[in-house]
Order: sequence, then structure tokens, then C-alpha cells
Amino acid sequence: MSAAASALFIAVFLACAVEAVEATTIVLAAGTARDWRSAGTGVGAALLVLGVIVAALGPAVSHIPLTALRVVVGALLLVFGLQWLRKAILRASGHKALHDEEKLYAEHLAEAKGQQARRSVLAPDWYGFTLAFKGVLLEGLEVVFIVLTFGANAKNVGLAAIAAGCATVLVACVGFAVKAPLARVPENMMKFVVGIMLTSFGVFWGGEGAGAHWPGSDAALLVIIPAIALFGIGLTAVLKRSVGGGGGSPAKLGQPTGQVAG
Amino acid sequence: MSRLRAFGAFWYDFVIGDDWLVAAGIVLGLAGTYGLHRAGVIAWWLLPLVLVVLLPLSLSRAVSGPLLPRRTRARRTPPASPRTPPTR
Repeated sequence: MSAAASALFIAVFLACAVEAVEATTIVLAAGTARDWRSAGTGVGAALLVLGVIVAALGPAVSHIPLTALRVVVGALLLVFGLQWLRKAILRASGHKALHDEEKLYAEHLAEAKGQQARRSVLAPDWYGFTLAFKGVLLEGLEVVFIVLTFGANAKNVGLAAIAAGCATVLVACVGFAVKAPLARVPENMMKFVVGIMLTSFGVFWGGEGAGAHWPGSDAALLVIIPAIALFGIGLTAVLKRSVGGGGGSPAKLGQPTGQVAG
Repeated sequence: MSRLRAFGAFWYDFVIGDDWLVAAGIVLGLAGTYGLHRAGVIAWWLLPLVLVVLLPLSLSRAVSGPLLPRRTRARRTPPASPRTPPTR
């Protein structure tokens, strides 16, 4: 596998794994608090809708001229990448509470338990169905976006889809094996890495789409990615000092979720 | 009407996110790159430069003020713990 293909696989795998962790938390809450059959039907229905979206958007994306696609996708990746990077830096430096899957799971669970049962034709429990459906559909939409944009730009939708599939299946299997939210996953570290990857690809593709020619062509990514990573780590250190001076103990980038916030 | 507003809010949140300045800066950066390219000037350096300006700026907005003044404020009034919610 070439360096560009490896970078594509890692970026898509990590981004989709983060989305899958969030979707799994919601489905586990829906199944545990309400009814597993309804939650399963909700997941199935969401996957069906996602399949229709992929079938509609997939061929359309491949017909867009590559230059225009790279500008639009580069801009979106930059916006998403900077959002993720910004949140990861704020969390790692102690300016924002860490994303806590256990806490979110408990919230979803409490809310789901508090709702009255309502049967429907589709599922024995309507609330469990809609909770699982919405969770999988919203997180799945992000996965679809990541696969289509990364894959189309790198002209390797197949590899992007395989990476997304591996991440989703792995997270779902682990989640359902332990029947608990994946609180030990170092989610902030993953978000930091994904933010760096999205931003790097966004800078590269956005620049190329707008007419820039990178020195060294694709090899420029090997400089852009570590440069943005170092910049992010540097900004984290600067922000950590602003909290650390006051006696707080900011989280480490790789600290598992659920250990700090809550 | 409220559904339409909710639909718009969903897409604004999905695409623009927490800080509109980031999205605006990126659009300007891409437009500037295209402008430099059209003018026959080497243009690859502009987007990394935009990033170097935009990320610290957005972070400083998130912690409610420029980075350096924030540091001095933090020493005077320390936050209770990293569990403290964002200041925004």
C-alpha cells in the first residue's frame, strides 16, 4: 500500500471509528433501556436510508469535475478538520470537558427509561426505534460524507469504504461484546488525529483545486501532516499553561473518555 | 416554519459549526489562492498561512479573549478543574 493510500485508510478509519463509537453508545442505550428488537429495527432502517443516500450521491459525486470537487471538499474538510482540532485542543488543554461516553450513555438511558411505551407497526417500542434510527442515521451521514469525499478525491472510494466498514464493524462488535459504552477509547486523541488528517487533506486538496501546485506533489502531504500535528501540539501546550498556572490539571491528549469529565 | 428553521439550524451547525470565522477564513483563503494562481503567482503557501492565523484566533475566541491576556487572567482567577465547562 502506498503512503497516500495508507494515509487515506488511517484518516477514514479513525474518523469513522469516532462516529461509530457515538452511534454505538446511542444504540446500546436504546436497546438496554427500551427494547432490543426495536433498536435493531431502528438500526436496520437507518442503514437502509443511508444505503439509498449512498446509491444516489455516489454516482453523482463521481460525475463532478475533480477540480471543482477538490475545492468544495477541501473547504469542507478544512472546516470540519479545524472544528475537530479546535475541540480536541480545548479538551486536551482543560478549557472544555472531555467527551464522556459513559455520561452520555447514562443520559440517553435515563431519558429512554422515562418515556412511555408506544407500539407501532414497525417496532414493538416506537421510542427505542426512533432513538436508534436517529443516532445511526446522523452519525452514518458523517461516515458517508467522509467516505465519499475522501474516496472521490483520492480516486479510491473502494479503499475508503473498506476503512469505514472495518472501523464500524470493529467498534460495533466491541460495543456489543462488552454491552457497555466504549469509555476506555482515547476519543480525544482520536479526534485530535482525525482533525489533523482532515485539515491536512483539506489544505492539500483545497489548494490544488484552487490552482496551487504543491512542491513535491503528493509528497507534500508528508510535510503538511506532521507540520499541522506539531502546530496543534504547540497550541495545546500554550493553552495548557494558561490553565495549569491556576492549579488545574488538564487532560492528556490520549486520556480515555470518562476519566476526566463527568 | 419552525421545522424549516430547525432544518436550517441543523445544516448551519453541521457545516459551519461553532465558529463562523473559521468557515469565512477558509473561503477567503481559497479565493485568495485562486486569485494568486490566476495572477501567475506561486499560491501553495497561502492556505497554510491562513491556517496558522485562523486556528489560534478561533481558539482564543473560544477561551474568551486573546491567548496572552487569558494567561494572566487565569493566574488571577484559576478555574476549579478541567471539568469546568467551556467559558463560552
